[in-house]
Amino acid sequence: MDITLRVNGTTRTGSPEARKTLADFLRDDLNLTGTHVGCEHGVCGACTVVLDGRPVRSCLILAVQAAGSEVTTIEGLAPDGVLGTLQQAMWDSHSFQCGFCTPGFVMQATTFLRAHPDADEQQIRAALSGNICRCTGYQSIIDGVLLAAERARLG
Amino acid sequence: MKLPPFGYEAPKTTSEAVELLAEYLDQASVLAGGKSLVPLLALRLARPAVLIDINGIRELSGVSVTDGQAVIGAMTREYAAEESHAVADTVPLLAAALPLIGHEAIRSRGTIGGSLAHADPAAELPAVARALDAEFVVRGQSGERVIPAAEWFEGYLTTSRRPDELLVQVRFPTAQPGTGVSFQEVARRQGDFAIVGLAVSLSLSDGAISDARLAFAGMSDVPVRATEAEDLLAGERPSAELFDEAARRATEGIDPPADLHGSSEYRKKVGAATVRRGLRAAADNAQERQ
Repeated sequence: MDITLRVNGTTRTGSPEARKTLADFLRDDLNLTGTHVGCEHGVCGACTVVLDGRPVRSCLILAVQAAGSEVTTIEGLAPDGVLGTLQQAMWDSHSFQCGFCTPGFVMQATTFLRAHPDADEQQIRAALSGNICRCTGYQSIIDGVLLAAERARLG
Repeated sequence: MKLPPFGYEAPKTTSEAVELLAEYLDQASVLAGGKSLVPLLALRLARPAVLIDINGIRELSGVSVTDGQAVIGAMTREYAAEESHAVADTVPLLAAALPLIGHEAIRSRGTIGGSLAHADPAAELPAVARALDAEFVVRGQSGERVIPAAEWFEGYLTTSRRPDELLVQVRFPTAQPGTGVSFQEVARRQGDFAIVGLAVSLSLSDGAISDARLAFAGMSDVPVRATEAEDLLAGERPSAELFDEAARRATEGIDPPADLHGSSEYRKKVGAATVRRGLRAAADNAQERQ
């Protein structure tokens, strides 16, 4: 099926099979391999991208369903190679280790902080509860998001 | 795993969808939010020949309130219902349950109709629908049927929808003044399926309970009403002793399933605790809303 969609601000086209997920379309057809595929059934959160302003699991959406939509992937957050506030705060907090879960956490935290700039630790923990990390024990990830929220408030 | 091959249809109207269902019958699966069906495909637990994707049918989304009912289109996304003032004002029990469904990224796509048509007995919305006696409107080529919640849930992941019918809307009765609600859930992690969930709606009139509704999630192959506890509560004044007895009656006759998250005995104990907590919270909430 021929589809057209916007990905990170650019119009993209493709002809995925109906059974191809948005995650695989982004990775295999558009060569945007920053979106990671973990469990492939919606449990781990590694494939989280932003679809029309909302965080979604790109492994649970067919690519053909994203036709006409606006998608933001991890590649869209720092197009000029300059890290955003959240990415820099996570870097400074040593939020991640192996990096496999990183894009999912960053995309989820990005949309959450945009909607809840004053979130406290408990709310951040709840917002990230759907993303699994097998390295860190989560504390450094939470620290990074809290630091980003604080820096954003201080401007 | 990658999804198996399937045919794909994306109707733009309800009548087109119904025509396709009549053509493919049980060879087809209806794709709404995809939060349950796509994992089932990936795990090869479902192998439909055709997916009928109803995401493009605009008339199936939205919330309206008329004649004492909140009418929710089957394709209304869970996040949209969660953010709806109409839902918060008229069906507070539904509003209490929605934030407990999965995680934010799940509710972005998951739908009210999809969850209720999937009919997972451990999910939140089936318990809410059963507690409130919601009505399910299904459409086939010969017209519409309205199915009460008590007849909708037939077994594990099984409803009384026929293969040629599409769930188009769900109608919830609006809460009367003096009605308090609570949704209690015990899970290993925020967003997981409930080990035990409980939907509670309690109406107070002159300090006495005029209507009590309790429905468990995760305690059977369908959401179950605790009718003996409801009968006990009717007409009584809220008290800790009354709620203790209600908790005993709500759990004595049931034989909940056992799995790696909890034994049957454990679920009964947790179930009794959720009844006590839920009744207390709903009674407090009812007083606030009077």
